[in-house]
Amino acid sequence: MTFKRPDGRGKKELREIEAKAGIIKRANGSGYFRIGNTVAYAAVYGPRNIHPKFLQDPSKGVLRCNYNMMPFSSAGSRVRPGGNRRSKEIGLVTEKALSEVVMLTKYPNSVVDVFIELPQTDAGTRCAGISAASIALADAGIPMKDMISSVAVGKVGGEIVADLDYEEEAYDENTVDIPLAFTHRGKKVTLLQMDGKITRDELEEAIRLGSEVIDRIYEAQEKALKEKYIINSEGENHE
Amino acid sequence: MNEQKESVIRTLQQGLRYDGRKEDGFREIEIKMGSVRNAEGSATVRIGETEVIAGVKMDVETPYPDTPDEGMLMVGEEFLPMANPNFELGPPRIDAIEIARVVDRGIRESKTIDVKGLCITPKEKVWSVMIDICTINDEGNLMDASALAAMAALMNTEMPSYDGEVVDYSKKSGKKLKLREVPITVTVHNIGNNFIVDPTIEEEKSSEARLTVVTLEDGRICALQKGGEKGLSIEEIMKMVDIAGEHSKKIRELLLKNAKK
Repeated sequence: MTFKRPDGRGKKELREIEAKAGIIKRANGSGYFRIGNTVAYAAVYGPRNIHPKFLQDPSKGVLRCNYNMMPFSSAGSRVRPGGNRRSKEIGLVTEKALSEVVMLTKYPNSVVDVFIELPQTDAGTRCAGISAASIALADAGIPMKDMISSVAVGKVGGEIVADLDYEEEAYDENTVDIPLAFTHRGKKVTLLQMDGKITRDELEEAIRLGSEVIDRIYEAQEKALKEKYIINSEGENHE
Repeated sequence: MNEQKESVIRTLQQGLRYDGRKEDGFREIEIKMGSVRNAEGSATVRIGETEVIAGVKMDVETPYPDTPDEGMLMVGEEFLPMANPNFELGPPRIDAIEIARVVDRGIRESKTIDVKGLCITPKEKVWSVMIDICTINDEGNLMDASALAAMAALMNTEMPSYDGEVVDYSKKSGKKLKLREVPITVTVHNIGNNFIVDPTIEEEKSSEARLTVVTLEDGRICALQKGGEKGLSIEEIMKMVDIAGEHSKKIRELLLKNAKK
């Protein structure tokens, strides 16, 4: 018996992706990343003074990420604003996923704030948030060694598939969800979480699948940044 | 008086706005209804570069004891730190609370929502209508943008299915939330001798007094809020009410045009 994905996608097929850079004018950098019905905004402010002051690091700047679901973003009932333990943890793993490439040694005692906001969710929200944040950091001109792209893989109905939507995540109690993030050039894993039961070999297959499909995410991010750059330079020519 | 305020006033005296606008009107307004599919109703509103999203969530709850046969309305304003470098995480600031309360007042006092019609079983079950407004980008005038987004989201609201036991958000009921009025909120600012609408951030910071006016279709006013430290004469207040009334007509027209799409 083979599992058929509810929306008819192939095992390696991602949902439709839309990415944009520089959509929040007030921010130093910003990104928008939509994959299927999951939408993430990210805004970067900084490097700027850090509060509270005890968080200052005299050796390098601090990367601080905050993840938030808007109150009306869930398909169920209203999400209470103000964050919870889940959103705090996602903020933390997002920081760790991005830190590998963000170079903040030139900004001692300051902070680069990344705010990730989700107006609409359909699984894969932390991954969409990280992909948006990476666009935003690049758009803000924060020194980076590489881009970070993120996608979830998992096991649904016995099959290893990429980019689960909510219907698949809730398919049955055996569903395994593995959010991943990779650097572009070295394909180093910077985010890895998992819940569910999976064999060693299946885990390897899943991560390998992730490293294969991740280029689709990267291409969308790169295109978004280039589009902003090209439009801006044309705009300048007209003036 | 600080330098920025002096420069704002100087610009206004020349008949210009701080962002180079020539007419004393609103920046371009863009309304996108149904922008969030998981909400029962939603709208994204842009006024110039200022952008907010409003979403409506509905649920079945126990009514307040003093209004046992009326549905409940709640408005929340989230100043997301994404929208402005001065917005921080944490509980709502006083200016966010003020916007939420003024938006709430405009909707509630207009009687646009038939609260009795939202009663399922008196004293036991009523519908609650929860409107949340989230800021995406703040370039001034979050008050009017928030109120417009909230109203547009309500006009776009479809009630979820309810079988008498649980609310099923996955199934649409096909029933629109009934509305009886289209209240429109316009805030007029007084800076020096000038009266302006739709301020930029710099103009907002230089504002000495403001009056938020919520107007109905027949020209009646259903809510007011004065802000700022400067006192206003009766003549000034009436002038501000008239300015708000004029602009509200154009905005209502635009909103109704979008609702028909």
